[in-house]
Amino acid sequence: MNRFTRTAQRWVVFVAAVALWELVTQLAEASGAAMSFFFPPPSEIALTAKDLWFSSAFGKHIVPGVGRMLGGWALAGVIGVAFGILLGRSRHAMAYLGAVFNFLRSIPPPLLVPFFVAAVGTTNMQFPTIVFGAIWPVLLNTVDGARGVDATKVETARVFRLSRTQWTLGVVLPSALPKVFAGLRLSLSIALILMVISELVGSANGIGNQLVRAQRDYEPTAMWAWIVLLGVLGYLFNTVLLALERRALAWQPRHSLETQALATGG
Amino acid sequence: MNMLEVDGLGHTYKGKDGSHTAIDGLDFTVGAGELVCVVGPSGCGKSTLLRTIAGLIRPSRGTVSLHGTKVDGVPRDLAVVFQDYSRSLFPWLSVTRNVEFPLRSLSRTEREARAVEALAAVGLAAAGKKYPWQLSGGMQQRVAIARALAYRPSLLLMDEPFASVDAQTRFELEDLLLRIRREQDTTVLLVTHDIDESVYLGDRVLVLSKSPATVVAHLDVPLGPVRDQIGTRASEDFVELRAKVAGLLQGGPVSVR
Repeated sequence: MNRFTRTAQRWVVFVAAVALWELVTQLAEASGAAMSFFFPPPSEIALTAKDLWFSSAFGKHIVPGVGRMLGGWALAGVIGVAFGILLGRSRHAMAYLGAVFNFLRSIPPPLLVPFFVAAVGTTNMQFPTIVFGAIWPVLLNTVDGARGVDATKVETARVFRLSRTQWTLGVVLPSALPKVFAGLRLSLSIALILMVISELVGSANGIGNQLVRAQRDYEPTAMWAWIVLLGVLGYLFNTVLLALERRALAWQPRHSLETQALATGG
Repeated sequence: MNMLEVDGLGHTYKGKDGSHTAIDGLDFTVGAGELVCVVGPSGCGKSTLLRTIAGLIRPSRGTVSLHGTKVDGVPRDLAVVFQDYSRSLFPWLSVTRNVEFPLRSLSRTEREARAVEALAAVGLAAAGKKYPWQLSGGMQQRVAIARALAYRPSLLLMDEPFASVDAQTRFELEDLLLRIRREQDTTVLLVTHDIDESVYLGDRVLVLSKSPATVVAHLDVPLGPVRDQIGTRASEDFVELRAKVAGLLQGGPVSVR
């Protein structure tokens, strides 16, 4: 298959679904069905989206929201990888901490919003909520990956008397990297969810904030426009991360990368 | 001069369900420039022996000395080629980078020069930019050998190095090893369960008993430095020696010579 047919294959159902949606909503609108107010045609959503996304809202709401999300996710990633490697290579750390981490991870991250609202206030709680929610998949996956360095590599490293830095950054980190990326992808979707949720509950700005405003103003088309934006952002970030992952893991035989992407849900 | 001296070496693993003595009372030496093969039945403790010599395991009894210095931890001038080349190589590094990886203390030019030289010695001069998984098993083991050579160890330990490749490749790698040690005068201790291989490669063969392994016999191999897979294996000396080793392995501890 060439590039064109692959791209066509990937998008044909999507485009068809949007076209069908357009058709159905247009017909509903023409027939005067009551529900059609809540289900505007995609073309209308697209026009509204163009006005909303590229207006002053871009700097006032989209940039701060996305900034918090990416910043929180990046911080969670750095902390998660650093501690994950440390704990994964420690002989006893996870025996003590494993249960604690699994408990903390099991708390549905959105439930942290009320806590952080109470603890640091509505204007400041988005960032810590995202960091705290997004850290667990990276941390636990990195621990798993760091632990998984096989015995032969451990012995090889000892025989060649690798320095501590060489061992950590040159052997453990690359060994763990496939799992690290799996964790980062999970964390990214959690970060996106937490960004919106935390902004829905209370925030001076952000995409969630605008979504709630559109709801209060009874503007379903604007709501849809913000919802679509979240979908676009999620898709975009995941695509970029996948591309980064492919580059970073280029040393892996191709097929194993794809099965991994499937196994972790892309 | 003795490069390696093994004196009363014994090791007992202690586990929850009792202890297991893998090797016991081993005494032998390896001279500089020698290639000594250790042959023994599967599971007899050959790997334990190799790991105590490498300083990866601290033995329960006895001592290992390299250049007359007691081994305590992994010595600087020792390298190991493991059986499992695919795990021993670093898959995220290119072939050249794999060979250079243990040489971080050297300058960049020196590292590169050593890698080029070692890869040429194992016949992989053109494969430096490839990743290990792009190479066949035999070629991957060549990379592992090149990495060990570039490290310039005074003692090269090999743990069943050719046990995971097909018969044809195995012959090629055996001849490669013989050529390298002729050219570079490397001291090698090679552990194998393959009787023919031990006789074909070794200047001497150490025959181990079943676990706990003790040295059953030291056999000199009078086949000369240049050997070939067809002629040597058909020679009378070879056939006689392999029969002797086989007899020793089957018969258990009987004294020969």
